[in-house]
Amino acid sequence: MSLLRVEDLGVSFVTRNGTHQAVKGVGFSVEEKQITAIIGESGSGKSVSCYALLGLIPSPPGRIDGGKAHFGSRDLLQLSESELRGIRGSDIAMIFQDPMTCLNPYLTIGEQLIEPLRIHQAMTRKDARLRAIELLDEVGIRSPEQTFDSFPHEFSGGMRQRVMIAMALINEPKLLIADEPTTALDVTIQAQILRLIADLQKHRDIGVLFISHDLAVVADIADQIVVMEKGEVVEAGKPDDIFNNPQHPYTRKLLAAIPSGEREDSTAERETLIKVRDLKTWFHPVGQEEPVKAVDDVSFNIERGEVLGLVGESGSGKSTLGRSIMRLAPITDGSIIFDGTDLSALEGNNLKQFRRRMQMIFQDPFASLNPRMTVYDTLAEPLLLHAICTRKNLDTHIAKLMDDVGLARNFIRKYPHEFSGGQRQRIAIGRALATQPEFIVADEPVSALDVTIQAQILDLLLALGKEHQLTMLFVSHDMAVIRHIADRVLVMYQGKVVETGPVKQVFDAPTQPYTQSLLASIPGAALTLQ
Amino acid sequence: MSSPVSADNQGLLDEAEQGSSLWQDAWIRLRKNRMAVAGGITLLVFMVLAILTPWIAPYGYETQDLDLGASAPSAAHWLGTDVFGRDVLTQIMYGGRVSLAVGFIATAVALLIGVTWGAVAGYVGGRVDAVMMRMVDILYALPFMIFIVLLMVVFGRNVLLLFLAIGAVEWLTMARIMRSQVQSLRQQEFVEAAISLGLSPTAIIRKHVVPNALGPIIVYTTLTIPSVMLLEAFLSFLGLGIQPPQTSWGLLISYGAETMEEYPWLLIFPGLALTTTLFSLNFLGDGLRDALDVRGSKD
Amino acid sequence: MLRFVLSRLLQAIPVIFIVITATFFLVRAAPGGPFDAEKVVLPEVKRALEAQYRLDLPLHEQYFAYLKDLAQGELGPSFKYPGRSVNEILFSGLPVTAELGLYALLIALLIGVTAGVFASLKPNTRQDYIPMSLAMIGICMPSFLLGPLLVLVFGIYLEWLPISGWGAIPGDKILPSITLGAAYAAYVARLSRAGMLEILSQDYIRTARAKGLPEWMVVAKHALRGGLIPVVAFLGPAFAGLLAGSFVVETIFQIPGLGRFYVQAAFNRDYTMILGTTVFLSSLIVLFNLMSDVAAAWLNPRLRSQISGGGK
Repeated sequence: MSLLRVEDLGVSFVTRNGTHQAVKGVGFSVEEKQITAIIGESGSGKSVSCYALLGLIPSPPGRIDGGKAHFGSRDLLQLSESELRGIRGSDIAMIFQDPMTCLNPYLTIGEQLIEPLRIHQAMTRKDARLRAIELLDEVGIRSPEQTFDSFPHEFSGGMRQRVMIAMALINEPKLLIADEPTTALDVTIQAQILRLIADLQKHRDIGVLFISHDLAVVADIADQIVVMEKGEVVEAGKPDDIFNNPQHPYTRKLLAAIPSGEREDSTAERETLIKVRDLKTWFHPVGQEEPVKAVDDVSFNIERGEVLGLVGESGSGKSTLGRSIMRLAPITDGSIIFDGTDLSALEGNNLKQFRRRMQMIFQDPFASLNPRMTVYDTLAEPLLLHAICTRKNLDTHIAKLMDDVGLARNFIRKYPHEFSGGQRQRIAIGRALATQPEFIVADEPVSALDVTIQAQILDLLLALGKEHQLTMLFVSHDMAVIRHIADRVLVMYQGKVVETGPVKQVFDAPTQPYTQSLLASIPGAALTLQ
Repeated sequence: MSSPVSADNQGLLDEAEQGSSLWQDAWIRLRKNRMAVAGGITLLVFMVLAILTPWIAPYGYETQDLDLGASAPSAAHWLGTDVFGRDVLTQIMYGGRVSLAVGFIATAVALLIGVTWGAVAGYVGGRVDAVMMRMVDILYALPFMIFIVLLMVVFGRNVLLLFLAIGAVEWLTMARIMRSQVQSLRQQEFVEAAISLGLSPTAIIRKHVVPNALGPIIVYTTLTIPSVMLLEAFLSFLGLGIQPPQTSWGLLISYGAETMEEYPWLLIFPGLALTTTLFSLNFLGDGLRDALDVRGSKD
Repeated sequence: MLRFVLSRLLQAIPVIFIVITATFFLVRAAPGGPFDAEKVVLPEVKRALEAQYRLDLPLHEQYFAYLKDLAQGELGPSFKYPGRSVNEILFSGLPVTAELGLYALLIALLIGVTAGVFASLKPNTRQDYIPMSLAMIGICMPSFLLGPLLVLVFGIYLEWLPISGWGAIPGDKILPSITLGAAYAAYVARLSRAGMLEILSQDYIRTARAKGLPEWMVVAKHALRGGLIPVVAFLGPAFAGLLAGSFVVETIFQIPGLGRFYVQAAFNRDYTMILGTTVFLSSLIVLFNLMSDVAAAWLNPRLRSQISGGGK
């Protein structure tokens, strides 16, 4: 007897532009004391399906078309709003993706924690407080009494997610729905929270419905995996079966998209293109005495033709380092010697000459393109600015760029908002290539993309790098991606480089404790053995 | 963005599918908003009437008919006459010229000063920004209503001064809005991309910052005009704004209020004119805000 | 916390100072003196009067003398009403205007917040359109239009309410308060609607619902706190506006308040009166702005800890 059994669920959204069927004929189950993971990319309907169970879909424009959701003896989809309210936060609890926005900043943590107790069990404030402090302790919060009386903004993402988990478990629910609970967290924190959820699940014998876009994340903890695409379930089964014997083409695509393998060791002798020496980029925010040492005394080389990976968590300074090299962030001290010239000393026109030779690709594919310029204009700008071509043969060059990045020439007059994330990133890559640079800084270029698109863009970057003999500094927080694409790697922590070396060496035999903990946090250890 | 015909060019642009810019999307959204459209049309009609007034007003501005005196609306005088026998419709039309002119001109003054100030402060940043915005903060804290009353009393009778005084109040908020827009744009990645391409600061401001900052500016300008008109009417009502022989809606309303018991139409019609104009501007402004705020789809 | 308030106070002082100075020199710079409009005065009498009012001193000496008096809370004698000081007149009108402003503010807040919150609960439906259209009327119909209209309808045609005076006849405070408060009710309604809509779309509202909270609790406990902050911040500018609005309302309804005295003083070129009232009112406005800023900041826990704890 399953804890939860969903059959033939359908959900549509009715808007001015028509009716969109977000979920169709979806069925899955969660067994008692087990973890079912639902995997899908954006638009797969994975979140919508679960929100529908608790009636959390806004009612215009959302609409449940049909289906059954058996929970115990009841069909959730047939319940009234007040009956559902009785279940929310007591029998079924939910935690969400972004812990930074999911807690009310105007109420204390304690006030929010005790609400489920007071609503569903009519507990007194005193008893509720004791219970809440117990829970905070159970989820690993070090000073539960103090935390109880504090406000959310005083805590980090990981801590807030722990609070969310405590809040969900406080009424001893039978089922926990977790909507991408670790996606917004740093990789080491993610590992901790996954561990916490898995432990709590075992201790309390609850069923968990775990939504994610990342197969690797659920590989370690799921008892059952359900794969969704475009509103339908395409495959379901045990992790072993899914990973070793995927049936559906989409599942295979998902598995193939997981970055794996490494670059072959390059035997070629490489000359040094860039030398970074004693680089410091410090910020002095208003009202703070201590400067923020984003990049603190960093030195390394970048060899011509290589892909150098730069890996670290949030606050490590990796983005600032990339920006500093590009002269987008103000350098406090140190030098950046590009092909013999110190960039840190250049200004104005001299700097402009060098800008031609180094370009950048940014993380957010929407924000990195001017929303009011067509693709044509965006690509023409660098071409004309650096006189790569004249107005007469502008079209030829633009056409070639479009072909290089795999975009149909037909789209040349369209605006950024008319494209998908992956396509926009291709446009951004095209813009970067326009000036025929020697060096490219790629700042988390695939982090905002769906995993199948990620793979395409990574392959594109590798191919283009080879074709145009590019040197690349690839910044990312994702170790698997780095391993897939980089020759050498730099590991950063709090503004300093803690380890460096060829990818194979660092990943197989890390010497520094931080690197070791980073590598240990990579989810999906089970997967990488395939 | 022309594509000169030459052997090298492959008619790339001609063959490509037309894109839909954000302005076009906003225009479509605006058109669907009936109240905003109604407001826009009404405003346009009023503006045209105001411009053509000297030629199309039914009576002369000065024309009096002392025998007739104040009379209710009739076939000869659609909106009635005032105590001097002057046609109310004519008065309203001439008053509208003044009220609308003050509204638009003072707003234009505020726009010019405010946008430039805010753009410079926002783009340059650092100490320049700190100093410029400090000045705005201090001026903002001054109780302007009182100052304007004072100014008008002291220097009165001067329509030009009226424009300047009102403009001097409104430019501050405009500067703040522009600065915050420019600041946030400055940090956007496409501006960083432009910098890393090697574009000069002027080119960046012109091509990348200004077109994207226009949205809120347009909305706020449309909403400033009614606020300015209210201010003028307020001052004129107190006797501190437009002075006779010129007239404005505020002045007409104050006269009408004096004799409203016997001749209510003298109050109601100018009031209607003012209120309708304010409605139109506000609905249009709200509609623009809704239409322009949506940034376009994200994945 | 104390340090924050004190530092804001210190920032307010130069502002008040600028107000005093600018007003002083502006008024003096005006063409025409206070006695020019009067009947022809004998030169000796004129000189005596000027000495009494210190008009014979050079300008900058007048200025410093005035500052000295100010520091002692002395606003000087009135030009127009010899024998009465500005302080006297001010404080006779102050309670009246204060009461009017208070009623108007209460009306504005009660009606405005209720309407705005109500509208925000079901956006783009009738529940939203109707209150917001009424609010639009409030914004587009200035007090000097609404006042006379209300007088016309309720005072003259229906004869339900008195149309002038304050405190003389029961019910004579109703129309003026409504007239003054209407526009602000409209602004508050729009502000609270916008604030609530913003908050209701936040993730933590979804969390509250997912815990099983009844909808009224979600709104009252989770949404209101953040949603009404814009209204609190608006209180400062609203105060200034209410003061300005009182000029008009007191004129229409013949109310013996500060506003009416101020306008009359302006017309009469009563230097000390203008100066004194401007300084007094401006200081009040600056103070009120400061209070509403501090209150709005304090309501946000993140800002609150920055203010009191020195930031994290």
